[in-house]
Amino acid sequence: MVISAAKHVVLGNGDRHIQATIDGEELAVPLDPENRHYAEIMRQVEAGELTIQEAD
Amino acid sequence: MSKARELAELGAVYDSGALSNRNLLINGAMQVNQRGTQTVNASATTGYGPDRFRLNAGGGIDNFVGTIAQDSDVPSGSGFSNSLKITTTTAENAISAGEYIYLHQTIEAQNLQQLAYGTSSAKKVTLSFWVKSTITGTFAVGLYKPDSTSQIHNKTYTINSASTWEYKTITYEANTLSGGAIANDNGAGIEVAWHLAVGSTYKGTDTSSGWANYAAATWGTGQGTDAVITTTNATFQITGVQLELGTEATPFEHRSFGQELALCQRYYQDNDASTMGIGSAYAANAWNYKRVIQFGIMRATPSVAYDNGTAGTWQSGSSDYGVGPKTSAFSHLYSKSSGAILDIYIGTGGIQFRLDAEL
Repeated sequence: MVISAAKHVVLGNGDRHIQATIDGEELAVPLDPENRHYAEIMRQVEAGELTIQEAD
Repeated sequence: MSKARELAELGAVYDSGALSNRNLLINGAMQVNQRGTQTVNASATTGYGPDRFRLNAGGGIDNFVGTIAQDSDVPSGSGFSNSLKITTTTAENAISAGEYIYLHQTIEAQNLQQLAYGTSSAKKVTLSFWVKSTITGTFAVGLYKPDSTSQIHNKTYTINSASTWEYKTITYEANTLSGGAIANDNGAGIEVAWHLAVGSTYKGTDTSSGWANYAAATWGTGQGTDAVITTTNATFQITGVQLELGTEATPFEHRSFGQELALCQRYYQDNDASTMGIGSAYAANAWNYKRVIQFGIMRATPSVAYDNGTAGTWQSGSSDYGVGPKTSAFSHLYSKSSGAILDIYIGTGGIQFRLDAEL
């Protein structure tokens, strides 16, 4: 799984997700450990391979 | 197969407790294909063809470009209409130590409790499938269990004739090991992996006689050829894939398209809301949310993507918009209006939502 960009998004109701480009597809990824994309994002973050940009 | 033999096999299946819903795998006849053809290469290392079957490339695969797709070529007289086809359009020059490519389907853990893994009552399972490839040789196909203690059990099969459909059956031993339990939850239970290329790091420790604790050297042991991946225009096809309790491979359990689609939609949905229009008069500078079409409860909160239709558009007054995951039951379109009070409008070109809760 190639993750080429990741950025936090915070909505007006407080909902949060990560907007990420994964294997060439732009995805809104939930902060859910059971979600495979989120699990891989966090694995790469912990391995120092990926940085998630802060929300605007 | 004679009637007497079929009845004997059904008897064995009855002993294993499954006369219906025998197939632990979903979409084994490759009927459902929501995503269409996908390409796997160095910049997109995973891809789906028919639903629930994913091609994974790892360890620094760099030259390889391949497609995974639904195909209409099937074993003659088998009753199947579709197969899964992997085509190597650009070959990997060579498989280095850390590289690997495999096709797999991961089964949800709570659907595998009847295997009683990790106990003295654990059950054997049998995998059966049709396979056809331009490459002959020995291939590894294994069961990998990530829950509790990661464990694995690999076997091999041989493709004897190039470009010819062959039927294979493989029985796997019961997992009675300590740490063999599969959690009763919505996580990954067992990954069925058809290996296509295995670097030396992932070969060496044989698990063909039974389950063993996972180590890198157990992953693809038994794989005799990487040529599907190292040969331009090589192909690999499978269909009629069934994993069932017991030591006998029974005839493939055909399910209706609707049944298979519903099973697949727990993990992935491609919902085309073409010609849908959404309009909303709301206060300026306010957030607004609209529910995305979704069928049933998904396995987990999905990742969400969307494509505007050709005539679809986001209202220019919206300064912040997109699609966001919420729960396993629904996701939403969101927008924040700026000045204008009409926030979202999707034109007649429509919008296509993709929701992914795959394992």
